[in-house]
Amino acid sequence: MSIFIGKDTKLVVQGITGRDGSFHTNQMIEYGTQVVAGVTPGKGGQTFAERVPIYNTVHDAVQHTGANTSVIYVPPPFAADAMMEAADAGVQLIICITEGVPVLDMTKVYPFIKEKGARLIGPNCPGAITPGESKVGIIPGRICTPGPVGVVSRSGTLTYEIVNHLTRAGLGQSTCVGIGGDPINGTNFIDCLEAFEKDPNTKAVCMMGEIGGTDEQEAAEFIKREMKKPVVGFIAGQTAPPGRRMGHAGAIISGSAGTAAEKIEAFQAAGMGVAKRPVEFVELIQARLR
Amino acid sequence: MNIHEYQAKELLRAQGVPIPPGEIATTATQAEALATKYGTAVMVKAQVHAGGRGKAGGVKYCPTPADAKAKAEAILGMDIKGLTVEKVLVTVAADIGSEAYVGIIVDRATKKPVFMVSAAGGIDIEEVAATTPEKILYVPVDPRYGLPTYQAMRMGFFLYEDVKLARAAAKIMQQLYAAFMAAGCSLAEINPLVVTPSGELLAVDGKMVIDDNELDRLPAIAALRDESSEEPSEVDARNANLTFIKLDGNVGCVVNGAGLAMATMDLVKYYGGEPANFLDIGGSSNPEKVVNALRIITSDPNVKCILFNIFGGITRTDDVANGIVTATKANPLKVPIVIRLTGTNEEIAVKILTDNGFSASSEMDEAVQRAVQLATGASN
Repeated sequence: MSIFIGKDTKLVVQGITGRDGSFHTNQMIEYGTQVVAGVTPGKGGQTFAERVPIYNTVHDAVQHTGANTSVIYVPPPFAADAMMEAADAGVQLIICITEGVPVLDMTKVYPFIKEKGARLIGPNCPGAITPGESKVGIIPGRICTPGPVGVVSRSGTLTYEIVNHLTRAGLGQSTCVGIGGDPINGTNFIDCLEAFEKDPNTKAVCMMGEIGGTDEQEAAEFIKREMKKPVVGFIAGQTAPPGRRMGHAGAIISGSAGTAAEKIEAFQAAGMGVAKRPVEFVELIQARLR
Repeated sequence: MNIHEYQAKELLRAQGVPIPPGEIATTATQAEALATKYGTAVMVKAQVHAGGRGKAGGVKYCPTPADAKAKAEAILGMDIKGLTVEKVLVTVAADIGSEAYVGIIVDRATKKPVFMVSAAGGIDIEEVAATTPEKILYVPVDPRYGLPTYQAMRMGFFLYEDVKLARAAAKIMQQLYAAFMAAGCSLAEINPLVVTPSGELLAVDGKMVIDDNELDRLPAIAALRDESSEEPSEVDARNANLTFIKLDGNVGCVVNGAGLAMATMDLVKYYGGEPANFLDIGGSSNPEKVVNALRIITSDPNVKCILFNIFGGITRTDDVANGIVTATKANPLKVPIVIRLTGTNEEIAVKILTDNGFSASSEMDEAVQRAVQLATGASN
């Protein structure tokens, strides 16, 4: 067991013939992910790497291969349409790697996907990996190993840094999910925490947040109220200058400035372990798994 | 991306928002000529990307053209929060009866554009939100349907009892919403929205922040960028496709990925140092990016040590190593460099570096500690 992806994941790659799409499709196949189809309009009928059939539309891909998950590598101007196309074709889980999607596009895509009953992860995310079973996205497979620790993060390379520490210390992962750094994303911390709480293979969770917004504070409240499994948190951006990465007005509605201090305080109030440095996750998780 | 008040007003005017006439002047004589042309009292307003222009003395009421000349003389060249004023907006001064606030932002929580309106205008909305939150009405908009009249009217009546004013305000909300969507904004506001003694509505100040992700598909909006009013090193970095923010410390940081970049800055601070910058070279790096990153960082005289922290996923660490070698051959470094890299093609990268006289660490904590020591030692 795991969350979101696993042995049953049948993947369609949107943008399979592009530079990033083709590179990462090869990596995913090598890892053992069931890549059943690719989509590039105009290249329907061709075959990728002599094994993956390419279709013109996601509808065709789903109809012919039964794909249940999609990963998106198309350029930003086409990403919103690609996400909607996947949801409309009946894909249950859509993971959008593309960085640079206009936020106003996401205000339209998000309700569309909700209404179709699909789950979106991202955009601007590294994807997810269930070590030993399936990798969807760009997380390097060799730094992961199967085990009891769930990992959820807003960042890419920072996740690799921490997963690498865990793996070297013998702490394997049930699933690692990168939810992405954009202001509007499809899946938030609470969605992942809820899934980890229900997953019998996950015994503890690492959560890496960042400055901006109030997702981490809400997640802390959820942990306090609903979770029995231990969670260790980290916040990146304690030294970031205020007002540079987030408009002040963005915080008016929530009544919060989204600072690192505020978030760490919320973690402590929820009784979570707080890692001050990435490497501290190891000790804190070890102590909670004993 | 920030744009100037006068540019935001042009975009609002194009949607029909009533705005007092105004034009840009870059000299005091031009300001005087504009005041003469308008034949009435004017406001002379500094055009810089900074809040609190009024408090800094960058916004002045000028009853006569001679006054406009004198005030423009004083404001042009003035320093507001580290930015030099290069232009002033000369605009007809409005008679003010009452002032309201009208703004739209993209809200993370509702995942929608959300209107904020308040009859307590003319001051910082942050202050109103903090002290008297009941004076703000929030209205989320479903962008698939646009701003329907009933929502606009609800906001109009929240601001004004009089139905004529409420209707006029509702129309302005729809025009503001159209401008917000057309320019790909993350924020658009009119503050204050003024009722004149004769009962007319006027937008006296306007502000817009554009989502950087929109700029590729909105070339006309992208052309509004004023590079002269931005930090030169940040302009340089953007043109090299790097995300860079200048800070005040002395450890120059080159990192791949925003989260790891922030965590690296935090770790510099943890070990007693101060980061000189935030710099994300992004994924799929090429040696050229590293060359540009080093050039930008070494142009900051405060930098006493350079720290590379690279976790290779898509980024190939050998690309980074080649970039370091190329850049330092062309321009030998005057400050020490500490390199941490691990991940994709690490063995090749380490060989390239050691062959060229550099050493590399694979541990983040070790590298950051070393960089802080070198930077602190150098500044003592």
